[in-house]
Amino acid sequence: MALDKPYEDLPGTTLFDTDQSRMGYWLNQFCMSLMKAENRKRFLADEKAYLDEWEMSEEQKQAVMDRDLNRCISLGGNIYFLAKIGATDGKSFQQMAGSMTGMTEEEYRDMMVNGGRSIEGNRRLGEDGDAQPQNQPQGVAGKKG
Amino acid sequence: MAKITASAFTSHVPAIGAAMDLGKTEEPYWQNVFSGYEFSRQWLKDNPPDVVFLVFNDHATAFSLDFIPTFAIGTGAEYPPADEGWGPRPVPMVHGHPKLASHIAQSVIQEDFDLTIVNRMDVDHGLTVPLSLMCGKTDAWPCPVIPFAVNVVQYPVPSGRRCYELGRAIRRAVESFDEDLNVQIWGTGGMSHQLQGPRAGLINKEWDEKFLDRIISEPEAVADMPHIEYVREAGAEGIELVMWLVARGAMGDAAGGSAPKLLHRFYHVPASNTAVGHLIMEETA
Repeated sequence: MALDKPYEDLPGTTLFDTDQSRMGYWLNQFCMSLMKAENRKRFLADEKAYLDEWEMSEEQKQAVMDRDLNRCISLGGNIYFLAKIGATDGKSFQQMAGSMTGMTEEEYRDMMVNGGRSIEGNRRLGEDGDAQPQNQPQGVAGKKG
Repeated sequence: MAKITASAFTSHVPAIGAAMDLGKTEEPYWQNVFSGYEFSRQWLKDNPPDVVFLVFNDHATAFSLDFIPTFAIGTGAEYPPADEGWGPRPVPMVHGHPKLASHIAQSVIQEDFDLTIVNRMDVDHGLTVPLSLMCGKTDAWPCPVIPFAVNVVQYPVPSGRRCYELGRAIRRAVESFDEDLNVQIWGTGGMSHQLQGPRAGLINKEWDEKFLDRIISEPEAVADMPHIEYVREAGAEGIELVMWLVARGAMGDAAGGSAPKLLHRFYHVPASNTAVGHLIMEETA
């Protein structure tokens, strides 16, 4: 019998359950290695060579090199683990979180200062809030073309 | 006999720690946050506990995917501040209370709560930011701290009900400790926030305020709230709020006594990606 996952209708959100964790095991363990300063240095010196030391899929390695956190999450990454990559790059949690929305850093910071993202339209897939798949990317990036 | 005298509840946003460590507390953005803790710092000085039992979650720091304890109690003598990737926070070593912690571990495990016992653990912002918020900048924390880690990172995380019942068991354990100790229990994390995906930055002030109302006046009902409501309404990382129920369950009214007195309530948006909520409750009997 399949496990009950009542959270699959959340827009723009991936909960880190046991299936995600299994898929992302080596990706996340690689991230943990970046808690040591010497590993951060070695990773930055040659990212591909460092990533090749881990049993990660090529897709996972590419997503890390692209710093595509949404892609990393879809491949089993968890944000608290992925945050070690951001820390290695000298980024704050706000910069990391903002990078997943398509907004510029300034747009995201302004949204937070103005009270954050509204829940309206963002509770369930099928609504029309700014976090819904049909409304990506957000900010000026979504207005081009 | 040891006694639980008060509970405190607070968010543990890492950027708050960074603001203190980097000397930014006077900036208006951060003043809006720290002003909510002025009362708390004075209150803690006037009502110094002998021990703080601090409920927090590890953020992929001490616990990687190698092992993920649902509930872990620190019975060690000391816990160094962790390097979470930015270098360790310049805050004091956290000293434990091995004797009381071991007593609580034995007591609640015998009541069927299967705790993991941890003697060596680096503690991340989940534990050190609440201490910084409540104590300010200091060379030494004012008392021993028993770290109590709850898994809210990998699903399934424990239910609100389980957390609340565990709080009750912790109260019984504290009250069966022979030494006279004044123990405070702190529940940390939350409030609404989401750090991942296109929905990052979610804040739900209305829901948060209602959660504050309800955890004060009807914690029993809050304990039955399912996980999906936390994550749908308060964001993926809003699930941290189940940890407040451990501290709330340890108050006297959950054991049939009178309701605690609310001493302080504070709410502010934002600190970085997060809504900051804070309560202090004192035992009345």
